Amino acid sequence: MNYLLQRLLTFPLVLLGVSLLVFFAIRLVPGDAIIAMLGTEAGLLTDAQRASLAAYFGLDQPVVVQYGRWLAGLFQGNLGISTTYGKPVLEVIIARFPLTIELALLSMVIALAVGVPAGVFAATRNNRPSDLVVRLFAMLGQSTPSFVFGLVLIYLLSVNFHVLPAMGSFTPLFVDPLGNLAQMILPSITLGFAFAAAVTRISRSAMLDVLSDDYVRTARSKGASQRDVVWKHALPNALIPVVTLSGVEFGYLLGGAVIVEQIYALPGLGRLTLDAISQRDYALVQGAVLFIAFNFLVVNLLVDLAYAALDPRIRLGGR
Amino acid sequence: MHLNFGKTLLTSLAMATLLGTATLVLPAQAANLRMAWAQDATGLDPHTQTAFSSLRLLELIYEPLVRLDAQYNVVPAVATSWEFSSDGLTLTFKLDPKAKFSTGDAVTSADVKASFERLLDEATAAAARANFLSIKTIDTPDPQTVVFNLSQPDAPILVAMSGTNASIVPASAIADGSVATKAVGSGPFMLDEWDPNVKEVLSANPNWAGGKPGVDGITISVLPSESSIIDSMRANQIDFALFNDPTIATLIPGEPNMTLNRIPGLAYNVLQLNPSRPPMDNVKVRQAISCAVNRQEIIDTALVGEGKVTGPLTMAAFASDPASLFCYKQDVEKAKALMAEAGLADGFSVNVIAATGEPPYAANEAQVLQSQLAVIGVKLTIQTMDLKVYVDTWLKGDFDMAVAQNGGRPDPYPMYNRYFTKDGNLIKVSNYADPELDKLLQEGRVETDIAKRKPIFQEFEQRLAEAAPWIWISSTVTYTANLATVKGYEINPSGLLFSLSKVTVGE
Repeated sequence: MNYLLQRLLTFPLVLLGVSLLVFFAIRLVPGDAIIAMLGTEAGLLTDAQRASLAAYFGLDQPVVVQYGRWLAGLFQGNLGISTTYGKPVLEVIIARFPLTIELALLSMVIALAVGVPAGVFAATRNNRPSDLVVRLFAMLGQSTPSFVFGLVLIYLLSVNFHVLPAMGSFTPLFVDPLGNLAQMILPSITLGFAFAAAVTRISRSAMLDVLSDDYVRTARSKGASQRDVVWKHALPNALIPVVTLSGVEFGYLLGGAVIVEQIYALPGLGRLTLDAISQRDYALVQGAVLFIAFNFLVVNLLVDLAYAALDPRIRLGGR
Repeated sequence: MHLNFGKTLLTSLAMATLLGTATLVLPAQAANLRMAWAQDATGLDPHTQTAFSSLRLLELIYEPLVRLDAQYNVVPAVATSWEFSSDGLTLTFKLDPKAKFSTGDAVTSADVKASFERLLDEATAAAARANFLSIKTIDTPDPQTVVFNLSQPDAPILVAMSGTNASIVPASAIADGSVATKAVGSGPFMLDEWDPNVKEVLSANPNWAGGKPGVDGITISVLPSESSIIDSMRANQIDFALFNDPTIATLIPGEPNMTLNRIPGLAYNVLQLNPSRPPMDNVKVRQAISCAVNRQEIIDTALVGEGKVTGPLTMAAFASDPASLFCYKQDVEKAKALMAEAGLADGFSVNVIAATGEPPYAANEAQVLQSQLAVIGVKLTIQTMDLKVYVDTWLKGDFDMAVAQNGGRPDPYPMYNRYFTKDGNLIKVSNYADPELDKLLQEGRVETDIAKRKPIFQEFEQRLAEAAPWIWISSTVTYTANLATVKGYEINPSGLLFSLSKVTVGE
């Protein structure tokens, strides 16, 4: 409990650092919201016109004052107003979050459902041809960038089969579950593919380690069946590195899968952030990055707590 | 266990395939046009928006007083007729008594007056304000009549009034400040929903004076790239789309069931030199560069043959034959001679900036220019940068040379007044003013007789091409594409999407 409290206390510090970094970094990039909206025509503005737009976009104050105001708003739960959407930043982010969670969960399910059995299988067939085949696929999966895999999937489907999930008009899960799943399956496979490969490799090597441990040999000598040895005795211990990996990956995915969302035109958190950067929607960039950082912290904490549940020998925060 | 694993894998694969194919083929909705573009609108205020997509979206929702047809003739919109007084100092419009906003309220002279007063108010930051500065006062003798009193004769003002940037908005929306958020217009469609960078949902405006549109609504999807739009059209997911990239658009004629529509645009591709920086301050050096460039070769290679060689004026009504312009036929010997006269026979090195992806072929253009100019010893170092960074740099005039695509206007005065007159807002970008060019633009502006305006602007064009502050290369092409099921679309260079009001979607 003490440990949990300590971890929670570091949250505000980390978030403050993140907020400082993103606030000033985005302002270091040349071009502001006015240029993003008007392009080269921004040069046609008179001084008075420019001043009135700057006031509208909140660019008329010194940067430090802007930061102070934003931080003060933050403590009141106000992340500011997005200039692109004309809505509170938090509202915009929350609207995109369910899709991001769904994509993260679906691709995790695919990755774990394929990766863990494949890794265990390969470990038990160490260095036999079937092990090599699994390892080859894992290598391929990890080294293929998601944009290549995603684009190849789209290209094959559109050119050869003339089918594609409806892109651009996203169907929320609770409006039309089947339509939603049809749209999500390809992006989830694309994301899950690379991750499954990573899971396969790590669970294979962890499994190999554990299978040579003394307690496994003890179990075998006591007459436990191969199935019991692998699934009941070895697997729980071999899963620890998989949990670490999944936690980190899940944390990333909650920040939005920028490339996959972009390829499949999914309105998730990643695409939102990317668009916000390109439109210099400062409040939205700041809000989104802070939100992503917060999620990452929470997921990391949950992963650490999961260790203790998986392995009673691990005592969090112990001396 | 081995068997189990294989089974699991097979089952999950089969499940995925089933889910994939069974639900992907969705039935097409007949009365709704599914449209796509890769760049979304950036806002809803018709007076301040300048982005290509914003104007396309808003021309479906709003109407200006007049429109331009495919031949750039002025035709009715909210106004049914118009007349300049004989001294050119008043311009009177009669409004269409049937014209109504989507709320059902009639479009009256008070709305027109309020709209133009908003445009002229500096605090609005209206994009087209500079075109309407000759408006002194606006009278509204009755609800269907508007009289603009001008401070000087102003021929281009009528064409300027045809732009989406001069749309008529309800006086009530101006009063309550909801113009930028509500989008209430008198055009063929109403905006039901806008999720920026994701989609727009439009439905037919039951109060439109032009009658009932051919479709009940339009859904515009923002797709990540123009190639993904083609994929979606192949899969029968999108009926109609806009394209900017010629390398993508030229793939469409090879697709069954798709039609490509080409519209010559007024925008132009140009290599901007910076005459405030040596050695480009020397007219001989600029002319040498103009002579060394092979414009057709740039079009054939970097632009996959799309577009035409153009001088400064891209509108057919005023443009000269490019062959009559200074050094428009490549002449490397002359270029070398000019370089020698300028004392730069050995050449020099400069940087050229280009934006990534805007226009899509900017980097290719820069590379062709690099190789062409190397022949006369001009060594270009290409700096590509993100569009917003590029625009920032461009607006400050902080470059030796810039590969640019600049927007055009149907009239030469508003098109170049901003760049090449001493008071132009973009003189910092061009760094080039010339009293003679100033004089010609002013003459062309106040002359109301089209026949007399043409020679004035052609003289302007000849002089500008010879001084070569910029090297004009080619005109642009804008593309739309539709599936064979879309009927009745007509290309119009100024209201690219307006004719979607007549389109039907069938089997």
